This record gives sequence, C-alpha cells and structure tokens, in this order.
Amino acid sequence: MADLKARIAKRCAKEFKNGDFVNLGIGLPTMVANYVPDDVIVTLHSENGFAGLDAAATAETLDVDIINSGGQYVTVLPRVKYFDTADSFGLVRGGHVAATVLGAMEVAENGDLANWIVPGKKVAGMGGAMDLVCGAREVIITMLHTQKGNHKILKKCTLPLTAPKCVNLIITEMGVMRVTDKGLVLEERYEDYSLDDIKAATGCDLIIADDLKVLPAED
Amino acid sequence: MINKILTADEAVAGVKDGMTIMVGGFLATGSPEVLMDALVRKGVKHLTVIANDGGLAEGQPEGEFAGKTPRGVGKLLENHMVDHLIASHIGVNPRINEQIAEGTLRYTLVPQGTLAEKIRAAAYGLGGVLTRTGVGTMMETEKDELGRDKKTIEIEGVKYLLEMPLHADYAFIRPSIADKFGNYMCAKATKNFNYVMAGAADHTIIAPEKLVEIGEMDPDTFAVAGVLVDTIVEGEKPWQI
Repeated sequence: MADLKARIAKRCAKEFKNGDFVNLGIGLPTMVANYVPDDVIVTLHSENGFAGLDAAATAETLDVDIINSGGQYVTVLPRVKYFDTADSFGLVRGGHVAATVLGAMEVAENGDLANWIVPGKKVAGMGGAMDLVCGAREVIITMLHTQKGNHKILKKCTLPLTAPKCVNLIITEMGVMRVTDKGLVLEERYEDYSLDDIKAATGCDLIIADDLKVLPAED
Repeated sequence: MINKILTADEAVAGVKDGMTIMVGGFLATGSPEVLMDALVRKGVKHLTVIANDGGLAEGQPEGEFAGKTPRGVGKLLENHMVDHLIASHIGVNPRINEQIAEGTLRYTLVPQGTLAEKIRAAAYGLGGVLTRTGVGTMMETEKDELGRDKKTIEIEGVKYLLEMPLHADYAFIRPSIADKFGNYMCAKATKNFNYVMAGAADHTIIAPEKLVEIGEMDPDTFAVAGVLVDTIVEGEKPWQI
C-alpha cells in the first residue's frame, strides 16, 4: 500500500512546471513534495499563511510561530513570504495557485468533487478546500482507485459536493484520467493493471485515449 | 496620550453572556491566551465565537510537541462557554463534536477564504462580498450564520454567492509586537485572522507578545493601524512547548 501511494505521489510530481505555486493537501498529497525533480522549482502554499513551505520541524528547528494548515510545526524556505488569511485566499481565488492536489471520497466523470463531509458522520468542515478547488488553475486528485473495493470514481457523486465540475486530473495506482467535455479519458495505465481491471474498478464509462501510455510496474 | 492599557480582567469586564466574539488564531497559533484565560475567569456563557477553528484541546497537536493545556478557543470550549461556533474547520478539537452530540453547541461552517472576507467586509465597510467559492454546494443551499437564505448573483455569465459581513461585539487579537497606541504586526504564521478582525467588532482588544513605546520602532514594522485598537493587554507569552 505504501508503495502504491508512493507511485501516485511520484506520478503527480511530474505535473509541476518550473516556477509553479502549488498547494498540497494533507496525507498522500503531502508526499508529492518528496518527488519533485531537483531542476523544477516549486513553491508550496500553506493556506494558513505563507508561500515557501519546507519540511516538518524537529526539536532543533522548531519555531512556535510556524505551523502548516494541519497544525504541525514546519520549517520554511529562505524565500518564504508570510501573509494573512485574506491574502492567502486572495492568491487562491485569484487564480495564482497553479495546482492544488487533494484526496477525494468521490469524483464524478464530469469533474464534480466530494471530499469534505459525510452526512451523519462526525463533521470536520471544509477548511480551505472549497476555496482551493474553485480558485486553483488545476485540481489534481491523488487517491487509491477504490475504497475497500467500492467505486470512488462515479457517474455522479452521492455525497455533498466540495465543488461542481472542478477536477481536471485523477491520478491513482492504476493510471491517470483526465476530465474532458466528452467524459473521463484514461490517458495512462500502469502495466500491472489491465484495461479490464481499471474499467471494473471505475463506476463510470472510461474513454481510452488513442495514444494510451503504458507505464512500467516498477514506477 | 490616550491610555489603552488595561489588565486582562478589566479588558473583558464588558463581555456579557450571549455576546458574539471573534478570536484570532489558526489551531491556536496566534490566539491571545491571556484574553482567553480572562474570559474563563469571568465565566461568561452562551457566547457566539467567530474563529477559524476551535483551537486545541489538552494533548494537541498529537506527538512530541503536544500542549499540556487547551489553547485558544479550546479554553472556551473546555469550559462550555460557547453556544454557537462560526468556523471553517471543527474537526481537530474533540470537544466540538462532543458538545455538538450533547446538543449544547451548534455550528456554522464557512469556507476559510470566505470567512476572512466576511470579517473583512464588516471591518472595512463593504455590504458583502461575491465569491465563486461554495457555488453548487451546501454553502448555496444552507442558511447562513444568522439563519438567512443565501443569495446568488450572476455577473457576465458567472454565478457568485453573496456573502454577508460578519460583525462581533468583541475582537480578541494577538500581535507579536505592538506599540502603546495599538499599531501592531503579527510574525510569521500568526497573522491568519489577526489582521482582518481588527475593526470588525465594536471593541478590539489586542494582547501583544511584545509592547514597545510609541516611536520606538520603524512605523513600517506595523501592519495594522492602532486607530482600530481600543484596548491593549500585557502579559502574552510565546507559546511554550
């Protein structure tokens, strides 16, 4: 499982271009930072108040005034810029964040995303997720393709939406899918999953790209 | 010179049961602990609290840097002083969902960027703000914090939610440095809601970590104008791990 998540994070890191300002969600999306190539300079947004997030803090590097959006003490890059919440989300809504990488409970073939609430369960709140998926120029979902065998990629979401029609790209351990006007297009698959495996694990129609790339299992 | 300096207990003396307060901080980083402690001592009840989140409970965050006491708004929740929490995230401090389950706490969720702009609108004289955040979600269909229906407005083919200003009786703010007129700045990631909340309440109280004389610092040090600050309380300390 850890390896599958690493595969997803590694593939996602290839989406970033030099100079991109990017927001990574908690969990699997956070792992993406570990795989960004050295020659691609990416600035990470911490929506609680800065651009230039680095690594988790240790007892030696800890500064009680610096946490990330998950509340963990972290360190920052020399080029860090701190700002308040209004400015932070101005950057988001204004389209200045190139991409946001998030997990999902459900994604629909038209790009609808549900990842913030399950009715009847303990409520956490959307935090900055609704702003991010509305404002970032690209919304990338990184997740395992299914949840205990249940479909997460669906014709229509059953849970309350974080935002309609916001997802651009879905990256799972099975492959890479892009949301298009025609539907969900499978652009890449990992060779250890057949087309039939992927179709069976997906709750909506998949359009297979003419130039479908097959990625090696060791990736 | 106007003297804005009061003790913490004097500063919160006017806070009454049932009032609406706003508190700076993000998971308690940047929350004014001396003012929260004074509210707990006063024992005021049935508050409506506007904050990013419910602060931290004892033992949070998990791991080697865990706190030994509740922090920020967590102190008010620990003492059952809050009836209504208006926040963007309520999943961290376990007291929140416990009190929701007990039926003693209700909540209104507002997306984080929208929450900042609603507060900013109240502070800076806007009738509301238009945002695409939340369109097509429960934010459009659920009522707002005062039980009003949401309005949507379409401009040049784009649908926006109209988000109304969010005002409070008191704002509690934690600067890193302030001068004795109330000009202040917040260091690093403690800014969060501590800038927009100034002026969004009838009374703005700051508890700076460091208080300097007027003219002691370069005026460009400060981010927020002291004209917005009514009261200054000394004694706020850096958070001790």
